[in-house]
Amino acid sequence: MDVLKRVPISEQPADVRNKNFEEVCLGYTKEEAMEEAARCINCKNAQCVKGCPVSINIPGFIEQVKTGNMEEAFKVIGESSALPAVCGRVCPQESQCEGKCIRGIKGEPVSIGKLERFVADYARENKVEVAQPESKNGKKVAVIGSGPAGLTCAGDLAKLGYDVTIFEALHEAGGVLVYGIPEFRLPKETVVKSEIENVKALGVKIETNVIIGKSITIDELMEEEGFEAVFIGSGAGLPKFMGIPGENANGVFSANEFLTRNNLMKAFMEDYDTPISKGKKVAVIGGGNVAMDAARTALRLGAETHIVYRRSEEELPARVEEVHHAKEEGVIFDLLTNPTEILINEDGWVKGMKCVKMELGEPDESGRRRPQVVEGSEYELELDTVIMALGTAPNPLISSTTKGLDINKWQCIVADETNGATTKPGVFAGGDAVTGAATVILAMGAGKAAAQGIDEYLKNK
Amino acid sequence: MYKINVKEKLADKIFLMVVEAPRVARSCEPGQFVIVKMDEKGERIPLTICDYNRETGEVTIVFQIVGASTERMAELNAGDTFSDFVGPLGRPSELVEESLDSLKNKKILFVAGGVGTAPVYPQVKWLHENGVDADVIVGAKTKDMLILQDEMEKVAGNLYVATDDGSYGFKGLVTEVIKNLVENEKKTYDVCIAIGPMIMMKFVTILTKELNIPTVVSLNPIMVDGTGMCGACRVSVGGEVKFACVDGPEFDGHLVNFDEAMKRQQMYKTEEGRAILKQREGATHHGGCGNCGGDE
Repeated sequence: MDVLKRVPISEQPADVRNKNFEEVCLGYTKEEAMEEAARCINCKNAQCVKGCPVSINIPGFIEQVKTGNMEEAFKVIGESSALPAVCGRVCPQESQCEGKCIRGIKGEPVSIGKLERFVADYARENKVEVAQPESKNGKKVAVIGSGPAGLTCAGDLAKLGYDVTIFEALHEAGGVLVYGIPEFRLPKETVVKSEIENVKALGVKIETNVIIGKSITIDELMEEEGFEAVFIGSGAGLPKFMGIPGENANGVFSANEFLTRNNLMKAFMEDYDTPISKGKKVAVIGGGNVAMDAARTALRLGAETHIVYRRSEEELPARVEEVHHAKEEGVIFDLLTNPTEILINEDGWVKGMKCVKMELGEPDESGRRRPQVVEGSEYELELDTVIMALGTAPNPLISSTTKGLDINKWQCIVADETNGATTKPGVFAGGDAVTGAATVILAMGAGKAAAQGIDEYLKNK
Repeated sequence: MYKINVKEKLADKIFLMVVEAPRVARSCEPGQFVIVKMDEKGERIPLTICDYNRETGEVTIVFQIVGASTERMAELNAGDTFSDFVGPLGRPSELVEESLDSLKNKKILFVAGGVGTAPVYPQVKWLHENGVDADVIVGAKTKDMLILQDEMEKVAGNLYVATDDGSYGFKGLVTEVIKNLVENEKKTYDVCIAIGPMIMMKFVTILTKELNIPTVVSLNPIMVDGTGMCGACRVSVGGEVKFACVDGPEFDGHLVNFDEAMKRQQMYKTEEGRAILKQREGATHHGGCGNCGGDE
């Protein structure tokens, strides 16, 4: 065994998985996990923990995996994270824990994410129970949104003894974990549902079909329903469009719509009622993780699929692993390309897209080289479907109906990074609703910080 | 689970249901809508609120069978449940937000077409309860398709009924009734609220623009979540893109691009058509049409 290299992990072959919605990565076996764990040198001053937004005791749980003590490993992770099976799959480990791993200096870092996933999957399959809160304090806290921020905040508060109710606008709990991230990256029944069940097992109640700001307001929750504090983890749900001609044609979708139909409404399954427009030739505009998810979904539904991105491969904001998987599966990358108009046929459907070629100029404020149009490079792409994956903005439903809650110019809720406190006493916020679209784990970190902020606030009240 | 307390067949393919949904009943206003979902595999279906009772916690919806999902929904009976019933969604009717004094000085005309009578009713009723009588025109294909006649009669100032085939009331289109009221009976209106099929709203707005009557329409485009997340319901209003679910459902009818909106309504017609055939006849379509891959 080469100690500088990771224990390889098995995946579904690319030309098989690009036709199904089963999970791509098949995970480690117990033996493989123990072998990979043995690569961890258990640093005294563990850098990986500093790279983790929820500060999991990484060497601590890996020590347990080394000796095959998976129950104990699960407990160690459980002290810091309520969603290990999710995080093991969707965290950008390469830029967090694994990015800081000492092993990574000379060779490949320890596969921390895959080990976390193994432990969580093992615990689920072997029905390892979550530790119960010691005592209840009877104080009611409302959590708005059941995505990663809300679930983490709720779980942590329940562990501290609070009586927590999560309010979810959709019919199913999980937020972006159920409507956004596809089945082939994050299985819903096995992984997401069971982690939500673990949060519920801590005593957290989840009420679906409640839209805060419409069904009831935050002020009413606090004044009429007896909630002493509120955490807003409502995410960034509003899709952005480009504002180019033809965008309202039939066959142009936001990535949110396309993914929600497929993931939450399960349009890819024959016996579900919600339709989806499958398309024969699809262009996904954008280069982030959501763009990769949409492209790989369209591909699995049977379309020739292109990613159209205005910068070069180096600047793609998506995780390297996702780009790699997309390429393996047959997604075509049209880089340094920008759409200028969507062409429509007489029935109102997309028939193509006008694009221009781009080249990279000087770096802009984001530090990335600014793309500029190559003169005279306009050409047409024949298409029947265009999916816009350009990012999302927070929904104003809550901020516009809550007295004293300040937002910034991006519609994001203003909140203290260290404890989630907003400008309204007793109201805390975190995740994409505060930062704009980011990652699952950053939202979880914010949910965790806010749980501590709420605990301190209510203790001193 | 949300229990259906009353189910009533109002006309061919049109049903009324009274559903227990206390949170919605407590906070909804005329003009808003709900999304219902029958069971795990069902679609999320947006429906305008037809009536509500804050004391009993009940909300009334009216729907017409237009596809596989609504056909399945029509099979539910009193005592059955919806797995999901969420709302209120969208903004309340502008009338509700206006001061009563200013409303009392206004001459208001409602134009309701077909199942669109259901969302018109709570607005007329709300006005009536607040001492404002509005004129109401109801149009339907034929007498048997008219709904909520008795209820509307009780709350409307003047009620005018038109049927396409003349089987009840005036024979002709609602636009002809509007024209007659304004041109021959010399009625004047400060505002018109038109709710019905897209094609009706389009022609009502063309006419009221000529007649100089500000007109509000209520759109019911395709949508998934109803909270602004999917963008399926986008509609061009005065050259700007709006989301009907959060910016509407009511818009200035003279600014709505109806031609685009009508095309967008057709988005899933092929999929819907296939679903309803499959529901009625089983998997009998094998792609012989050459336009699709068949039922697999």
